[in-house]
Amino acid sequence: MLKLPIYLDNNATTPMDPRVLEAMIPYFTEHFGNAASRNHPFGWEAEEAVDYAREQVAKLVGADPKEIIFTSGATEGDNLAIKGVFEMYASKGNHIITANTEHKAVLDTCKHIEKLGGEVTYLQVKDNGLVDLAELEAAIKPTTILISIMYANNEIGVVQPVKEISNIAKKNGVLFFTDATQAVGKIPVDVQKDGIDIMAFTGHKMYGPKGVGALYVRRKNPRVKVTAQMDGGGHERGMRSGTLNVPGIVGFGKACELCRLDMEEDTKRIKALRDKLETALLQIEESYLNGDKEHRLPHVSNISFKYVEGEGLMMGFNKNIAVSSGSACTSASLEPSYVLKALGLGDDLAHSSLRFGLGRFTTEEQIDYTIKHVTDTVNKLRDMSPLWEMYKEGIDMNSIEWAHH
Amino acid sequence: MAYSEKVIDHYTNPKNVGTLDKSSKNVGTGLVGAPECGDVMRLQIEVDEATGVIKDAKFKTFGCGSAIASSSLATEWLKGKSVDDALKIDNMEIVEELNLPPVKIHCSVLAEDAIKAAINDYRQKQGLEALVFEERIH
Ligand SMILES: Cc1ncc(COP(=O)(O)O)c(C=O)c1O
Repeated sequence: MLKLPIYLDNNATTPMDPRVLEAMIPYFTEHFGNAASRNHPFGWEAEEAVDYAREQVAKLVGADPKEIIFTSGATEGDNLAIKGVFEMYASKGNHIITANTEHKAVLDTCKHIEKLGGEVTYLQVKDNGLVDLAELEAAIKPTTILISIMYANNEIGVVQPVKEISNIAKKNGVLFFTDATQAVGKIPVDVQKDGIDIMAFTGHKMYGPKGVGALYVRRKNPRVKVTAQMDGGGHERGMRSGTLNVPGIVGFGKACELCRLDMEEDTKRIKALRDKLETALLQIEESYLNGDKEHRLPHVSNISFKYVEGEGLMMGFNKNIAVSSGSACTSASLEPSYVLKALGLGDDLAHSSLRFGLGRFTTEEQIDYTIKHVTDTVNKLRDMSPLWEMYKEGIDMNSIEWAHH
Repeated sequence: MAYSEKVIDHYTNPKNVGTLDKSSKNVGTGLVGAPECGDVMRLQIEVDEATGVIKDAKFKTFGCGSAIASSSLATEWLKGKSVDDALKIDNMEIVEELNLPPVKIHCSVLAEDAIKAAINDYRQKQGLEALVFEERIH
């Protein structure tokens, strides 16, 4: 029996794997010690658990455990990386390069850097959502200290050419930070092979708990340091003070281990389901895939259904299917998604988009149900859409003088 | 954000979806909003020229559930009203009837604008001057 509602918003957050919960439970009540308590078994147990988790996390991304700094999540990781580099490397320069499709945790941090007197270049991505490498290289100046480009985008799932970016960074003596929140645990990420200097990721996008994440900070070739953004007890090699969230870290470690072990099988299965969903939905007339088709996460699909509005569309099934939309109506700002607009999509197509995010627990039955109900709702709303009627009558919508409000 | 039951009801079973003959002299058409803004409403009225009573009303809307519900409700209210009474429909009545939250008030404003645009279109076809309405900021 199909159980409703169906969760297809795994880029927002993932359910926690029951195996992760199981690993965490003893660390709430039984092994509750403070990992910084050096003088009794309670502390030792906690420290041991944290060390083990640090290894699990490091192994997933090809890092040394000493290079893993535990944080409260990717927002904190993004802040610590960018602000921390800006402060630590102030004597070398003040220029940062990023892209206009980054997560707000990066973009707003960069805005903050500008207020502090830093200079930030926001690269326009190409229509497929990928960074133009020639433009990136051309943007580097003598004062550039950091390139901050995300690994995979949270709205459209495109995967940036990370290796090429890191080569450019290395060649120019600039550090490379990547927000890999959407990529780690889903596709192979290796800080050595990918040439990453600093990398943020988070537990709750990979079947781990919320409120815990990590910042990878390279220790060799080059040795990288970031200035702490919170003052206190000097935990995490002085880069992130605060009593460690032991149960969270244990769960995060377990989640990393499961992703490492299950990735190949999970990906094969999830990608087949994603492709089935996508192929079926792109059969609908006037529906368009957003973002590069090839360089993309295997579990995401972002599709615009022209002439219907995203929030109105979701309302047709959101009691039973959870997805998200780039429509303005779903955002507090009443602006459609800046990521979709950065692809050169008109506002109308941005308003008409849905993001489907599949995950470890998605089933074929759920996908079949989704295909049917999304298709039916698109058809129903098009019958109600004046724009669809105009399109069918061959009226050029650009010839109409719309009353903008 | 959860929708009110009335919005859900209009969305699920919209009243008076459709198209009237816009070339007809006794049909007034109002097309308001813009695709880039995420909502476009087309509202049409068919008027009994002898009595000035709205015999039929139809809509088509591109927009969120609240926009669809606002236009559906507007067509319900329009039917059987005189054109003069139709002009008195205020967007806040729509807000109250549908329990729209503050972020959705613009949907009701759009519905009111669509009513007025349809009436003006009808008036012009009848050789009457268009009414001038206060500019509204939405
Ligand atoms: C690309 C990206 N960066 C950062 C974040 C923020 O992560 P967190 O919720 O762990 O702070 C998210 C999640 O919303 C994300 O998708």
